[in-house]
Amino acid sequence: MSSESAVVVAEALVRAFDGRRVVDGVSLAIGEGECLALFGPNGAGKTTLLRLLAGLLAPTAGSCRVGGVPLRSGRGREARMHVGLISHASMLYAALTARENVEFAARMYGLPRPADAARRALAAMRVADRADTPVRALSRGLQQRVSIARAIVHEPRLLLCDEPYTGLDEAGSAALTTALAERRQQGAALMLVTHNLGEGLALATHAAIMRRGRFVRHEPRMAVDADSYASEYRDLVTADV
Amino acid sequence: MSETSTVPPIAFAKPELPGLLRAARLVAQKDLAIEFRTRTAYFSALVFSLLALAIFYFAWDPTAVAAIDLAPGVLWVIFTFSGLLGLQRSFGVEQADRAMDALLAAPVEREAIYLGKAFANFVFVAGVQAITLPALALFYNVPLAGVWLPLVGIALLAAIGIVAVGTLFSAMAVNTRLAELLLPMLSLPFFVPIITAAAQATARLLAGRPAAEAWPWLRILLGFDLVFVVACAIAFPYTLDE
Repeated sequence: MSSESAVVVAEALVRAFDGRRVVDGVSLAIGEGECLALFGPNGAGKTTLLRLLAGLLAPTAGSCRVGGVPLRSGRGREARMHVGLISHASMLYAALTARENVEFAARMYGLPRPADAARRALAAMRVADRADTPVRALSRGLQQRVSIARAIVHEPRLLLCDEPYTGLDEAGSAALTTALAERRQQGAALMLVTHNLGEGLALATHAAIMRRGRFVRHEPRMAVDADSYASEYRDLVTADV
Repeated sequence: MSETSTVPPIAFAKPELPGLLRAARLVAQKDLAIEFRTRTAYFSALVFSLLALAIFYFAWDPTAVAAIDLAPGVLWVIFTFSGLLGLQRSFGVEQADRAMDALLAAPVEREAIYLGKAFANFVFVAGVQAITLPALALFYNVPLAGVWLPLVGIALLAAIGIVAVGTLFSAMAVNTRLAELLLPMLSLPFFVPIITAAAQATARLLAGRPAAEAWPWLRILLGFDLVFVVACAIAFPYTLDE
């Protein structure tokens, strides 16, 4: 990746809770159209890193920029407008319909035609036929699809995905993979946190393994041999149990 | 992928980000839509208010205390606790499925989230007051005909103060294990000046005293509202930092 095209740049990010460094000096840069698959055992700091990059947490030290704009917790609106966040939690309002949830997000991101944008996003996740159903009446998988529609409605330049395949059936997984691939083709940078090596490596242009708050491996996907990578990852996870 | 230090900005296309008031309106509309759909908190608060009125009525000895003396205190005790029911719910809807994360990740000022939530809470509290006030007149046979307009003014001024403080503390308490206990514990000491001023002004109005006697109490309410709306909006972003 050329540094000029970096969508997100993190420098020596540190986040400590009660003195314990959950993220410990992570630096990364993800360029347009690139996808970093991030693996790691439970408690490695993956989700905390994602929350730092989403602007939900302020770093204890280090900095993060999206498109060159500093991202700080509670500040940096110009940076946050380019970030989309998918998590295993749906982040939806159960009493509102799928359409209302996605439209609310579209309005919060200042999209000029929020209803159209919501319709497009729901269609992309193949859930347009359930647009007027309250979220509480949808299955877990359909809720996850609506949640993804909410995250991509503003066509973010940086899409942060924390275990996005959780709860999705085959059709939902296919829709998500297509949506992520489309976002990449349109120049978005992706960061995919997952425990599933197959899913992660299939989409990734780069891969990293995180352990105890640090990147212990970080290389282009092309340099990764899936079998030995899987073996090393298993050893790391086992070592932390 | 590289670990770089200086990266020039990319020329991203800019959507028109909502300003403070527009974002606040969106948050308020969303909260009111949720409450309109579920109606759980509103009906809980309303039923609580009417039941409390009834209990106070049956515990009241009209030969010992005149209705005109009892009503202001009863009214403001009920408004305070029914308001807390609504405030409890305010950030509860954001906690389920971590909707708060999406709200905080959106490119809006955090003060806008506070103002939107506070406005929705204000509508909620005012909605409960709109039913409770006539019910009080009915239970205690208090004549409101000549004083209903200034009484509504007092109720709304006090509601602003209650939701200004309560919305802030609701955000602080929601992530704790004892949220239902913590919110009243934090809020009630701050409600004291509001309740005192509102009850005193109400008592004077119901007793048919000159409006000038209620004015000093109204000034306290106005001052409290002004100071705490601004102070709580400024403090709110700091309550969200983990």
